[in-house]
Amino acid sequence: MAKVRGAVVVEKEGCKGCSLCVEACPQEVLALHKEVNSRGYHYSYMKNPEECIGCSNCGVVCPDTCITVYRVKF
Amino acid sequence: MDINDIIKPENLVYDKSPLQIDTIMHYCPGCSHGVVHKLVAEIIEELGIQEDTIGVSPVGCAVFAYNYIDIDWQQAAHGRAPAVATGIARTNPEKIVFTYQGDGDLASIGAGEILHACNRGENIVVIFINNAIYGMTGGQMAPTTLIGQPTSTSPNGRDVALNGYPMKMTEIIATLPGTYYVTRQSVHTAATVRKCKKAIKKAFQNVIAKKGTSFVEVVSTCNSGWKMTPVGANTWMEENMFPEYVPGDLKDNDIQKPASGN
Repeated sequence: MAKVRGAVVVEKEGCKGCSLCVEACPQEVLALHKEVNSRGYHYSYMKNPEECIGCSNCGVVCPDTCITVYRVKF
Repeated sequence: MDINDIIKPENLVYDKSPLQIDTIMHYCPGCSHGVVHKLVAEIIEELGIQEDTIGVSPVGCAVFAYNYIDIDWQQAAHGRAPAVATGIARTNPEKIVFTYQGDGDLASIGAGEILHACNRGENIVVIFINNAIYGMTGGQMAPTTLIGQPTSTSPNGRDVALNGYPMKMTEIIATLPGTYYVTRQSVHTAATVRKCKKAIKKAFQNVIAKKGTSFVEVVSTCNSGWKMTPVGANTWMEENMFPEYVPGDLKDNDIQKPASGN
């Protein structure tokens, strides 16, 4: 069975910490960072990067379009 | 496998549309406007109509839409976007014209404009963001506010005896013979966002084919106005808004002509 791995890049400064991506992630990859960006928001980041399947749900629901998704099959 | 082996241009599956300008939106965290802006930008890019599209932005939070999507825009007076769009569409029939309006704009002060534009069957797309509140001005009661919903001008909840009933604009508009496609969508989960994108794309394709007015309501959240978290607002919307504003297609002349002659 082909295995799928994904990765998410969150544009830290664009994130407003709404956590909609955290809710949308079926693999519980994302979480809000304990640190804040320059505008004071707890930005989203990959807490469990090895679980990501690159489904793009996080990017699709992000209101600020600050998530880029990559996926590779091997 | 290392993360850096995955993050390569050839593995890219989801990215920002090039039509979206790199300005950080002024919307509150978790606002549905951002998602709908993104969908509009993606659809215009996919249809290849960037040069031919003219958007009409409303008064309300989305007044600054021209800062975020790289197409031609005209800002209209409060509620008058359908009238402005009528003028643009009639004088430039080769252009694809859409209005982007909130519920305070479309259902209240602009109720006359939208009804007559839809009744005339103007060849425009109308995107109607319904979050049941006046978001920009501080969460006052809108015509679409639910019965019992607290707002800053109805702190004890909307009272039917005093304020009347929630206005279902989409149902009213679906009865007008001028409209071609009338639908109600939402953008609170990945699945509904993808579905909403299909609906808005269909609306733009209808206008390209000169089929008449296509009206897309997006049931949305205003977590600041509702005094909730973004995730809490989505849950509240599902539990309270959807029974009143049921998602789905109300009219699609591609599938069937209404039997009643509407």
